[in-house]
Amino acid sequence: MIRRFFCIALIGAILFSSGLLSADEKTEKYINTLTELGYPAPEENQLVHIPPTMEDLEEADVHPELKRVIRRGYDLFTNTQQLRGENVFNNMDCSSCHTGAGRMPFSAPIWPAAVTLPDFRGKNGHVNSLEERIAGCFTYSMNGKPPEYGSDKMVALTAYHSWLATGVEMYPDKPIYGRGFPAPDRPEELSYSRGEQGYNEKCAVCHSEDGSGLQVGNQTVFPAPWGDGSNNWGAGIVRLFTAAGFIKNNMPLGQPNSLSDQQAWDIAYYISSQERPQDPRYTGDVEETREKYGPTFHKHSRYGQIREVDGKRLGDHENTGEKDFLKPDTVRSRTFE
Amino acid sequence: MKAIPMILAVLGLVAQPGFAQPAPEGNAERGAEVAAQCTACHQADGSGKHIEDGESWPRLAGMNAAYLAKQLHDFQEGTRQNAAMAPFANMLDDQQIADVAAYYSQMEATTGQGGADADKATLERGQKLAERGDWSEYIVGCASCHGPGNRGAGDVAPGIAGQHAGYIEAQLQAWKAGSRNNDPQDLMGSIARRMSDDDIHAVAVWLANQNAATE
Repeated sequence: MIRRFFCIALIGAILFSSGLLSADEKTEKYINTLTELGYPAPEENQLVHIPPTMEDLEEADVHPELKRVIRRGYDLFTNTQQLRGENVFNNMDCSSCHTGAGRMPFSAPIWPAAVTLPDFRGKNGHVNSLEERIAGCFTYSMNGKPPEYGSDKMVALTAYHSWLATGVEMYPDKPIYGRGFPAPDRPEELSYSRGEQGYNEKCAVCHSEDGSGLQVGNQTVFPAPWGDGSNNWGAGIVRLFTAAGFIKNNMPLGQPNSLSDQQAWDIAYYISSQERPQDPRYTGDVEETREKYGPTFHKHSRYGQIREVDGKRLGDHENTGEKDFLKPDTVRSRTFE
Repeated sequence: MKAIPMILAVLGLVAQPGFAQPAPEGNAERGAEVAAQCTACHQADGSGKHIEDGESWPRLAGMNAAYLAKQLHDFQEGTRQNAAMAPFANMLDDQQIADVAAYYSQMEATTGQGGADADKATLERGQKLAERGDWSEYIVGCASCHGPGNRGAGDVAPGIAGQHAGYIEAQLQAWKAGSRNNDPQDLMGSIARRMSDDDIHAVAVWLANQNAATE
């Protein structure tokens, strides 16, 4: 009896360790690639997850119909412009900010949302589901109107998110490696003129000096960092630390971590000092709106502030960009009563 | 009030010669005459030629005019180097460059050559790199800059779908080795340096077999 138990334990240990070893090697290679690109190595207690690719999906042992829906989610995620005029009213694709089709660490990888939600969200002050979180992106980053909860499009998008989280436990205890757009330390002083110079030197070749980016046909090649084609004033990336984190970790494309912290923050400051469609939470008065959403949001943005170069108050307008409404009806509070 | 645009126009005319040479407007008809000296390699229809294991000559037909003009200027200035091309580029003045670039940009794109016998695995790898990239190696997909279908985006990122496999492969190898570096901000170089020889070959043969035109 004891011997039999020993055998099973031994086989178990061998199987377990060989499995671990190859996973370890895969993780080590993954981390090496990232650290060579200037990203920090994970801290000891951090959760490292390598999301599966679309090639992995083809090999996966899941229902063919699920594969089809995940592919649809991937397609919507990487060419969100196909929803232009319906759900998207600017030039953004989901993958404009979430690079590598939402898989890349330090580029707000999307799988953490699938394993950490539902959760309380400070931005709207209630518990949000994965669908409501995605709706938030449509409302602000896409300056649009989210697909309906439970719709084919919404289910396809959530299926793609959940698929990328394959193998991760729900509500993980450990902090997630590479989550969000981790910002470099904020320098003492930010400069609009240095930011403008940095933008023109490093960004304008693709995103153009006037911030309009580049569309080819009905697809986005280079997204618009400001203007009507860009995210509105309620999008997370108007916060300076989010923009600086995105830029430092991801831009110029293919050259992550090539800009200094000062450059990343100055360019973020310059971009965030340009006009864009109104925050859907606008009360009709920019100062009132800034006050109302200051503590949870706008204290980190330039919204409602005076731009130093021309004395203009940012966000003081009624322009909603390409859409003919201010606020989609998904922006509402919940009481759960 | 009406006087202001007039004044601006006059100022503009006066000021123009003082500015760093604005690119002259290209004239495709005049460009056709200039192109007579290009046809030995680039062919009368601008299709160029893929030479297996030799030096391939790129398709010019249907390429972006500003991109073509920049390459000719770069050959002249030595910021892009090619022993065969340099003497031809050096024969042209700025106006002729604009004209010949306009001429080729208005020609109908031809089909890419090379890689017709590539195996399925190579083509699949090439397609992945061209359309989606391989982010596990931080190889950004070609289409991220070269646009939908890799048919080109703006003046900087040329169309590469339907370009000859031998030419694409040679250029990526040149970027990888650092012998070509006339891209803005090393945007192409930094990605090419992460690509293995197999990856470069795979993406070249896949792109060569794609359609350069929209339909």
